[in-house]
Amino acid sequence: MAGIPHDHYEPKAAWEKGLAKRLPIVGLMYDTLMIPTPKNLNWMWIWGIVLTFCLALQIITGIVLAMHYTPHVNEAFASIEHIMRNVNGGAMLRYLHMNGASLFFVAVYAHIFRGLYYGSYKAPREITWIIGMLIYLLMMGTAFMGYVLPWGQMSFWGATVITGLFGAIPFVGDALQTWLLGGPAVDNATLNRFFSLHYLLPFVIAGLVVVHIWAFHTTGNNNPTGVEVRRTSKEEAEKDTLPFWPYFVIKDLFALAIILVVFFAIVGFMPNYLGHPDNYIEANPLATPAHIVPEWYFLPFYAILRAFTPDVWIVQFATFISGGIIQADFFGVLAMFGAIAVMALAPWLDTSSVRSGRYRPMFKWWFALLVVDFFVLMWVGARPAEEPYNTIALIASTYWFVYFLVILPLLGVIEKPNAQPETIEEDFAASMGKGDSGTAAPSAQPAE
Amino acid sequence: MFKKLAVSMVAAFALATGAFAAGEAKNVPNVDFSFDGPFGSFDQNQLQRGLQIYTEICAACHGLQYVPIRTLSDESGPGLPADQVRAYAEFYEVFDPAIDDFRTAIPNDHFPSSNLENAPDLSLMAKARAGFHGPYGLGINQLMNGMGGAEYITALLTGYTGEEKEEAGAVLYENKWFPGGWIAMAPPLYGDDTEFADGAATDLQSLSEDVSAFLMWTAEPKMMARKQAGFVGVIFLTILSVLLYLTNKRLWAPVKARYKSK
Repeated sequence: MAGIPHDHYEPKAAWEKGLAKRLPIVGLMYDTLMIPTPKNLNWMWIWGIVLTFCLALQIITGIVLAMHYTPHVNEAFASIEHIMRNVNGGAMLRYLHMNGASLFFVAVYAHIFRGLYYGSYKAPREITWIIGMLIYLLMMGTAFMGYVLPWGQMSFWGATVITGLFGAIPFVGDALQTWLLGGPAVDNATLNRFFSLHYLLPFVIAGLVVVHIWAFHTTGNNNPTGVEVRRTSKEEAEKDTLPFWPYFVIKDLFALAIILVVFFAIVGFMPNYLGHPDNYIEANPLATPAHIVPEWYFLPFYAILRAFTPDVWIVQFATFISGGIIQADFFGVLAMFGAIAVMALAPWLDTSSVRSGRYRPMFKWWFALLVVDFFVLMWVGARPAEEPYNTIALIASTYWFVYFLVILPLLGVIEKPNAQPETIEEDFAASMGKGDSGTAAPSAQPAE
Repeated sequence: MFKKLAVSMVAAFALATGAFAAGEAKNVPNVDFSFDGPFGSFDQNQLQRGLQIYTEICAACHGLQYVPIRTLSDESGPGLPADQVRAYAEFYEVFDPAIDDFRTAIPNDHFPSSNLENAPDLSLMAKARAGFHGPYGLGINQLMNGMGGAEYITALLTGYTGEEKEEAGAVLYENKWFPGGWIAMAPPLYGDDTEFADGAATDLQSLSEDVSAFLMWTAEPKMMARKQAGFVGVIFLTILSVLLYLTNKRLWAPVKARYKSK
């Protein structure tokens, strides 16, 4: 399967040969599990397993929750309380599902920023990156619709605000919003379709995850050096790699177990830490909460949405140029989706020939600033829309775009990268030898 | 580089998430409830006293529509004997759609809902209000003291200043902890509003704490089972982590040794 030469499955017994002739499923599983993986992967490469676990956890807990949930505006809130009080293990299931969404997003953000730092998006892994971005978008859609289902105050008003964004689109906005909601406002039709889609989308995500894995199994994993695995012969490739099973499966499971200790502590001891108390009040279309705050994982993009107020010159310029079609609210919507779009375009915006940020002295600092920027946006997204938060949000949003649209293209031209190791084996040997800084020639024996 | 970043990311994450629940409100005084913290559990006597206060005073206006009366006999709740629960249920009249009329409640019925239009249902009140706000102590405060829902109820019940005003024909009472400062509910407790069979204190603060604890139980009846599951989960996963750590170390040792000997 992979471009890296390695052993393939050889059917031996007669029934194995017979099966392989008819359905090569064992070979497929063997090649997937035994894929040659760079030896030098660090602890930021564990998030894939965590994400797979999260998807499975959410689907399993979700299917059971759906057996007890009623998607009707008069029943939904009470049915959640029924789950919490009367269903065996229901409170635990629901808290696992609720906090599972948060773990999912912690992992996906770590996974995305790892890709951004080590240049995992660069050729030949652009398709892996694009599929990943699609998965991320679907995750956001699924999480948003899932949050509406308990039919609490934040569910209802969050849905009202977010679907209102579509109303800001010129010409077709109102019609589009009505079509999405199934009526003029968030109501029973909205709840029903959100439930239906919340059940459907995780399976679409699962399908895309298979494509995501297929894509990077074809190109091979990136690694902290960004240097490709030598693949002229199997012997050479084996100096740079180890099979995924058991080396990386065990390593990743160890990391997953540690993460789950923290996860279980949160679920067991403070399951509502990341939620909003208002969601324990049943939705009331007549009473607007004082602050409508989305879940934490939406905050950075929510901040970008709100940052572009009508008094910002670029918004006024856009309004003027478009003859009044692009008003501030529509500009905000464009900025929010644009913020994800520029991230998806990173493979073509980054002009540097060096893949890993480890060997890019200037890039490192701009990247660190981007991470800080992300948290500033997250923080400011939860603040009320007033000064000084508006200015902070505007500066932070601007940096997000500047990083992708200006800094990434420019750095490739002006930056002088540091020397990279010749091979992955050299990097791995250097990290073992700690003291001798890896300058000695890697005179390791062949793998066999 | 990445290690430093990862550390600061975790720190910033804790800050950012802790900050998101921030409002304009101030933190209410902390109460040392028996159910605080990872190992805290409900005090059955306190829950029974809280039930008594609820029944004698709060229930005049408020309801507990999500709470089945039978759960009063829960071991991890008030733990009333079954016959007492049956007798208790008979206090209430509930509407039965099957006979299209009111009838005497049985333990399988829920508590009635609120009698007054503007008296909110109290089933989930202790989770629907946060007494502690913002990055106050970050996650640690949450872990040790909870969200402050029960504390908020205690603060509200003891927070009346005695000032009143009339607005649009309704009397409003000044309360230090109610958002906006003026609440339509007259002070429900003054101290010595009831007497307890176990002779517990009946001053305003004690009564408020008792009923707050009871409302924490109505909001989170499975709290003790949840904490126990969390504890078991943490212990088992810690053991699993250690085993996987050792497996991983053993597995990689020959690979690493090949390079270390150089």
